[in-house]
Amino acid sequence: MEQVVVNGLYLGAQYALIALGLTLIFSLMNVLNFAHGQMYVLGGFVTYTVVSQFGLPFIVGLLASGIVLAAIGALVEKYLFRPVIRNSKREESTMLLAAGIAFFLDAVILLLFGEKQRGLPKIVDGVFNWDFIVVMPYDRILIGLLAIAMVAVFILFMQHSKTGRAMRALAQDKVAARLMGVDVDRYSMIGFALGAMLAGIVGGLLVTITGINLGMGGPTSINAFMMIMIGGAGVISGAILGGFILGMMESVGLTLLASSGEITYLVIFASLMVFLALRPQGLMGKPWG
Amino acid sequence: MVNTQRWAAVGLFLFTVLVLVPLAISASGRVDLYYTLTSVALLSIASGGVWLTFYIGRINIGQGAFALVGGYVSALLVTQGGISFWWTLPLAGIFCALLAVLIGLPILRLRGVYFAMVTLVLTEVSRLSALALPFTNGAKGITSIPLPSELQVFGVTLIPAFTRMDNPKLAFYLMAVVMMVLTFAVLWRIVNSRLGHLCRSLQQNEELASSIGVNIAYLRVLAYAISSFLGGIAGASFVAISQSLYPSSFQTTDSVNFMLNCFLGGLGFVFGPMLGTLLLYFGWDLLFATGRFQLLIYSSLMIALMLWLPNGVLSLMDRKGGKP
Repeated sequence: MEQVVVNGLYLGAQYALIALGLTLIFSLMNVLNFAHGQMYVLGGFVTYTVVSQFGLPFIVGLLASGIVLAAIGALVEKYLFRPVIRNSKREESTMLLAAGIAFFLDAVILLLFGEKQRGLPKIVDGVFNWDFIVVMPYDRILIGLLAIAMVAVFILFMQHSKTGRAMRALAQDKVAARLMGVDVDRYSMIGFALGAMLAGIVGGLLVTITGINLGMGGPTSINAFMMIMIGGAGVISGAILGGFILGMMESVGLTLLASSGEITYLVIFASLMVFLALRPQGLMGKPWG
Repeated sequence: MVNTQRWAAVGLFLFTVLVLVPLAISASGRVDLYYTLTSVALLSIASGGVWLTFYIGRINIGQGAFALVGGYVSALLVTQGGISFWWTLPLAGIFCALLAVLIGLPILRLRGVYFAMVTLVLTEVSRLSALALPFTNGAKGITSIPLPSELQVFGVTLIPAFTRMDNPKLAFYLMAVVMMVLTFAVLWRIVNSRLGHLCRSLQQNEELASSIGVNIAYLRVLAYAISSFLGGIAGASFVAISQSLYPSSFQTTDSVNFMLNCFLGGLGFVFGPMLGTLLLYFGWDLLFATGRFQLLIYSSLMIALMLWLPNGVLSLMDRKGGKP
């Protein structure tokens, strides 16, 4: 039982970090970023290349992932999303753009890095063993703690920095924020860059554990969508909660129904639909956010 | 004047797809085009359904689910029940419509991205159910489904059996095109009726529509049921053509593609999904020659199109001042 909880916490920490980026982008621009999973995969490949091809330390790879993805996010917002949002009659048009970007990143990853599964050796050796009640490799513990630390840093940043305050104001009410002198264009760009950066960093973190491959993008996006739906789209606390809940559900489900992974996901999906029918705005969301 | 022009356009379109295209194909010998065009016609039926849910202001990424359900209903009835394909086709559609009412009643209360994401999850649910349910034969799927038999009404053969035809591909093509024409005729009729006006009022403001006495709950379930009916018959027809069905026959990618077809053609135009499907499907096929750059070019074109024409290809007609 303890093992299940620890596994769930570990899964939840990394999920929460992915969901945070997605929910940040959604809350600022009302854009559902279909390319989030692809950004995550790209981040993993950047770290892989920096560490295994150039022989640099892991932390440099992680930083490189963050910087590359932040740059991509900023460019995508400035040159793609901004003009489309300005010119289209219906907000949903951005979904086609986001899907196009997802395909584009898939193609770029395929051409640059190929379709092979890539992984890095463990960054820390050894296994934590507490009387066989809880068994956990040290590197997973480290990654889990790093993820939790980053979630904490992100919350502090959003709560206490000027940029974070501006972004929260934007998410709350765009018109009011603009009237108070918040530069909407600038902070939308920063927000998108930050969201993409988070996705890239998670990719970099996980390349040492699960490895990374081209096909992971789409399923990761869907998982991230589910997390922000559980918690409520566009709400930061909701994304964290959603990440941990999904992690816990997967961990419990895969233990109870170990024979068939499909049924676990079927149960998760079905219960999610029932939950949303009863509480459409998610746990923490505002109605029709 | 406008009316004669419109009928002339419809006549020209029918003549092109029913006479000119088969003639051109038999002249050029490109028989494989039949399959491509049949797929386009069937996919555009499903996309037309998605378009109708867009019309009431909902983003539907769940059409793949209904296509899969429709396919399974038809395949199971044909292989297990021994019922003629022509009867299973409407049955598949009706089953999907009833299912849509059942699912739609709770989830249509959701809006915006929430509805979009629930429908996306719905596609996954249908795929996983097809894998897990006892009678769907799991990942092995249902194979060697017989071709459609003949359709007789009061002893008169309306449609001869496909197995005894010289050219079943042509028959499938004609069937798909006729279904597509009927679908879009119905959609056009819906949009230009009282129901269409009510749907537009839902798209703009549900609360306001409700406050002046529009039964919004009934309307949105109705629209969703029609949409799923179309998804179901498209799925069932696909099964008849490929003669096989797997849980992976319709997946999330297909659901997303149905939605993209609508966006690409233009959400404000009834015939948008038809054009969108044609462009996306043929665009992808034509780019096959570029080998490993296929996806790169395809996605770049998609992004570029979105930058220049964010309201769909048919919005070009708006600029010239023409009416859709």
